[in-house]
Amino acid sequence: MAAVTSASGGAAPARGRPGHPLARRRRGFATGILPGFGLSLGYTVAYLSLIVLIPLGGLAVKSAGLTAGEFLAAVASPRALAAYRLTFLAALAAGVANVVFGIIVAWVLVRYRFPGRAVFDALVDLPFALPTAVAGIALTALYADNGWVGRWLAKVDIHVAYSPAGVSLAMLFVGLPFVVRTVEPILLDLDPQVEEAAATLGASRRQTMARVILPVLLPPALTGFALAFARGLGEYGSIVFISGNMPMKTEIVPLLIVTKLEQYDYAGATAIALVMLLASFGLLFLINTLQAFLNRRGAR
Amino acid sequence: MAGAAPRRNRTVVPDPRPPLARAGADSRFTRTVLTLIACGFLGLFVALPIVSVFTEALHDGLGPYFEAIKTPDSVAALKLTLLTAGVSVPLNLIFGVAASWLIARYRFPGKSALTTLIDLPFSVSPVISGLVFVLLLGARGLLGPWLEEHDIHIVFAVPGIILATTFVTFPFVAREVLPVMQEVGADEEEAALTLGASGWQILFRVTIPKIRWGLLYGVVLCNARAMGEFGAVSVVSGHIRGQTNTLPLHVEILYNEYNMAAAFAVASLLTLLALATLGAKKLVEARQHAEPVTRGH
Repeated sequence: MAAVTSASGGAAPARGRPGHPLARRRRGFATGILPGFGLSLGYTVAYLSLIVLIPLGGLAVKSAGLTAGEFLAAVASPRALAAYRLTFLAALAAGVANVVFGIIVAWVLVRYRFPGRAVFDALVDLPFALPTAVAGIALTALYADNGWVGRWLAKVDIHVAYSPAGVSLAMLFVGLPFVVRTVEPILLDLDPQVEEAAATLGASRRQTMARVILPVLLPPALTGFALAFARGLGEYGSIVFISGNMPMKTEIVPLLIVTKLEQYDYAGATAIALVMLLASFGLLFLINTLQAFLNRRGAR
Repeated sequence: MAGAAPRRNRTVVPDPRPPLARAGADSRFTRTVLTLIACGFLGLFVALPIVSVFTEALHDGLGPYFEAIKTPDSVAALKLTLLTAGVSVPLNLIFGVAASWLIARYRFPGKSALTTLIDLPFSVSPVISGLVFVLLLGARGLLGPWLEEHDIHIVFAVPGIILATTFVTFPFVAREVLPVMQEVGADEEEAALTLGASGWQILFRVTIPKIRWGLLYGVVLCNARAMGEFGAVSVVSGHIRGQTNTLPLHVEILYNEYNMAAAFAVASLLTLLALATLGAKKLVEARQHAEPVTRGH
C-alpha cells in the first residue's frame, strides 16, 4: 500500500479530477489539462454581467431610490391589487388545466400508437416556437363573439375574448408544453413491471392508475405546473390582444407596468416590476428545489 | 378468383408481450377516450389557431396577401427583425459555447450559481426585460444623462431592440449545448491535445463537430425567439413606424388599425418561421438517433 500513497495521492485518479498528476490543483478548482479555462470563465462572466446582471442590478438600484411611501402607493394601489389578483388566478387556472390535460397528452403520446401521433407530438412544442403576438391575435380571432369557436360559446352566453377567461386561455396556450415535456421522460422511464406487479397483486386498472402511476407522475407534473404558472405570470404578448385591457377588470400586471411606463411613472413601474421579479425568483427557487428533489429520487 | 372476397386470415397473431403486460394495459375504450381527449385538446388549442392565421391572412385572396407583405413598412419591419436576430443570435451562440465548455469541462467554486444565473432571463417577464434597459439607458435612466451628452441613442432605437432581444434569448444556446457537451465527454479533446493541437484547433476541429446537432438546435430555438419576441421589444422600441418596428410589433400596429387581413398576413410569416423551427427540431432529433453520440464517462 505504501507505493500507492505517493505524490499522485490515490489509485489511478481520473484525468481532470483533483489528484491526477496533470490536474492543476487549486482549492476548489479542477481545471484538468484542457486549455481555455481562464478565457471561457472570463468571457462567460463578463458577458453574463453585461447583458443580464448589470441591467437587473439597475432595477434594484432604481427601486432603492424610491421612498417607502412611493413604493407602497404604487404596489398596493387598488388597481395594482386587482391586477395581481387577476394575473395570479388566471395563471393558477391555466396551470391546473395544463396539469390535467398535460398528463393525459403525455400518457397518450408515450403509451399509445395511432395515426398522426408524430404531428400531435410536434404540435405540443408549437407554443414555444410561435411568437406570442401571433398567438394573441389568432386566439382572439377564434374566441371573439364572431369567431369560429366564440360564436358557439356566445350562444350559451360564454364570452372568452375580452374577459378574464381570455387571459387564462392565452396563459393556457403559452404554458401548454411545460407539463407534457416534464412528465414525458418520467413516463418513459416508468418500468412496466411495476404495473404488472400491481396487477398480479390483484389491483384493478383503476387502482393501479391511482395508487401506482399517478404518485410517480405527480412530482414532474408539479414542476411542469410551476414552470407554466411562472410563464403565465410574466406573459404579455398574447394576453394584451385577447384581454381587452380594462383597468380593474382585465388588466394584467405586465400591462400595468407598460401603462405606467407610457405615463412616465417610472417609480411606479419600477416598484411593481420589483414585486413581480421577486415573485418569479421565488418560483424559480421552488422549481429548482423540486428538480433537485426529483433528481435525487431518480438517482436512487 | 378476381373479385372474390379475400380469405380472412384466421390465425391469431400471438401477443409477444408477457400476459401480465396485457393485464396491465388500458382497455380499448380507455385508449380511445384518452386519445380523443388529448388530440381534441391539442387540436382545439394549438392546431386551430394556426389554421385560423392562414385562413384570415388569405381572407381577401392571394393578391392582397402579397400586397400586405410587400408594403414598405412591412419590408422595413422584416429587415429590422433579420438584423436583430443576425446580431443577437451569434452573440448568444458564442456565449453558449463558451459557457457550456466552462461548465462541462472544469470544476470551480460558484459553478452551480453560474448555471442558475444563466437561466435567469427565462424567469423574468418580457416586459421587465425591456424595462431594465429603459431604467438603465433611457433618458431618465441611470446612464441616460451620460449617453445624452455623447449623443448615443439606445432606448427607442435599434440598439435597444437588439439589447432587449439578446437578454431574452440569452439562455437558449447554452441550455441546449450544455447537456450535449457533458454527454460527449472530453476524451477526443484530450487526445487532440496530446497530439499537439492548439486550443482553437481543438475547438473548431473536435468540439464543435461533436456538438453540432445540439448547437444547431439551440441556434434554431434562439432564432425563433429572437425574431418573435414581442413584450421586451415593445417596451424599448418606441414604436416608430419603418424605423423601430419589428415584425411582431408591426402585426400589433396593423391589428390595432383593424387592418386584419394585413395583420394576419404578416403574422403568417412568423407562423411559417415557427413551423420551420419545429421541422428543424424533428430533423435534429432524427439525426441524433441516426448517429448516436459517443458517450463520455
